[in-house]
Amino acid sequence: MDWGLVLFYFFAALAVVGGVMMITRKNAVHSAVYLVLTFVSVAGIYILLGADFLFAVQVLVYAGGIVVLFLFVIMLVNLEESRRLSGGKLHLAASAVLTCLLFGMLATLFGRVAVGQPSVAAPLGEGNLQLMGIALFRDYMLPFEVVSLLLLVAMIGAIVLGRPRA
Amino acid sequence: MSDALIRNFIIPLVQVLVVLGVAAGAVAYMTLVERKILAFMQLRLSPRRVGPHGLLQPIADGIKLLLKEDITPARADRALFTLAPIITVIPAFTALALIPFSGGGSFNIFGYPVSPWIADVNVGVVFLLAISSLGVYGIMLGGWASNSKYPLLGSLRSAAQMVSYEVPFGFSIIGVLMLSGTASMVGIVEAQQKAHLWYFVPQILGLFIFFVSGVAETNRLPFDLPEAEAELVAGFHTEYSGMKFALYMLAEYTSMIVVACIVTTLFFGGWLRPFPSVSALAWLNFGLDKLNPALPGFFWFFLKTFLVLFVYLWLRGTFPRYRYDQLMKLGWYWMIPLAIANVILTGGVLLLLRR
Repeated sequence: MDWGLVLFYFFAALAVVGGVMMITRKNAVHSAVYLVLTFVSVAGIYILLGADFLFAVQVLVYAGGIVVLFLFVIMLVNLEESRRLSGGKLHLAASAVLTCLLFGMLATLFGRVAVGQPSVAAPLGEGNLQLMGIALFRDYMLPFEVVSLLLLVAMIGAIVLGRPRA
Repeated sequence: MSDALIRNFIIPLVQVLVVLGVAAGAVAYMTLVERKILAFMQLRLSPRRVGPHGLLQPIADGIKLLLKEDITPARADRALFTLAPIITVIPAFTALALIPFSGGGSFNIFGYPVSPWIADVNVGVVFLLAISSLGVYGIMLGGWASNSKYPLLGSLRSAAQMVSYEVPFGFSIIGVLMLSGTASMVGIVEAQQKAHLWYFVPQILGLFIFFVSGVAETNRLPFDLPEAEAELVAGFHTEYSGMKFALYMLAEYTSMIVVACIVTTLFFGGWLRPFPSVSALAWLNFGLDKLNPALPGFFWFFLKTFLVLFVYLWLRGTFPRYRYDQLMKLGWYWMIPLAIANVILTGGVLLLLRR
């Protein structure tokens, strides 16, 4: 028996169940907990691919950082109020169109990768921290800097918005 | 049984069981040591009734917690209320898997080599950060699921506090990673051996930031605002009792021990004895290295970890609790800029030295 495959199906099933439960729960806190389950299962799949660093970052940033902030907001904000404010049919239609578009893009991408090909993450296997560093700071220096500039702009924007009015 | 099964499954399982057992015992006696040291500092008597010098007190406490009624508030979210303490305990114990308790050799048990650590991962330190960032869920969800006002306030405070202090916690490690050139816990200790230098000397600022953020991350005094009893009854675990309460305590003390282990590994040379390259000090191994080269490492590792834990208790005995806004100001105005300055300084010095 191939244990790697068994573990893959285990984590994949967990991720899908977590995703479905997340969008079907009425209670926003429960949704957030299922979202964490999905993130952690996907991180488990990264380990099976040999991308240890990606696993750590996935757990650190998504599960440990972003969902904590989600929960924080859910606990502070009155959700009934926001449900009343959210746009009606137009909002729903726009979301549906965007979701279909994203699904189509992902489907064509996955269609291009033939089954059985070595995974994209495979070269990140051994010593993947070093390889990641070399890739980011030598081969993809410019995109990396552009992304960090974008994050800086977002951060300054958040500070400006959050500043108390004089 | 096949060879691969023993190597890949049985040996790690036994290692995990040993570490779990030792850690649980250490937590139990940590509570007694804490009360003894605090009593000494405050000129009080410590627990002395149960057993000689109160040595059986942790066992009595454990039995008491097990036998107490386990109450769930009527309006609580039952599933999350039960799940929350479990979620808190898992990351605390998982982190122990990456700690190298000793090194320099492995044990030969029934012809199989057994290393003195459970796993040596290439991205060890990042993995530890990731795992420790999950601990906040148990506290947040526990406070929310109690459906009561003080626990909710306590859990909101702890969420803000832990998210804020995670940033300097992560940044302060980068200096060590730059010096050692690896993120593996075993590799970092070996790099310190090779450099003939424990990293607390060049990284004294990093050590300070890491330890202070570690105290904040584990919600201990003087940063134990999530459970400030004068304002919030008992904070996020007000509604908890019996075994669920015990799980929260277990997680808190285990994460304290984990932070102490990480401080020892990253800054105080892990399992290395003082001046490991000076052969005149070889008597510090007490002849244990002749039995097995990894044996004296355990002694030094546990001694250093205990000393770090003592500083934890010392802080609790001496400092008053911070006010919430002071805590946030300290984190964002001082800790994070200092941590970034430490990274830049370390990088600059390394660059000059390599010239």
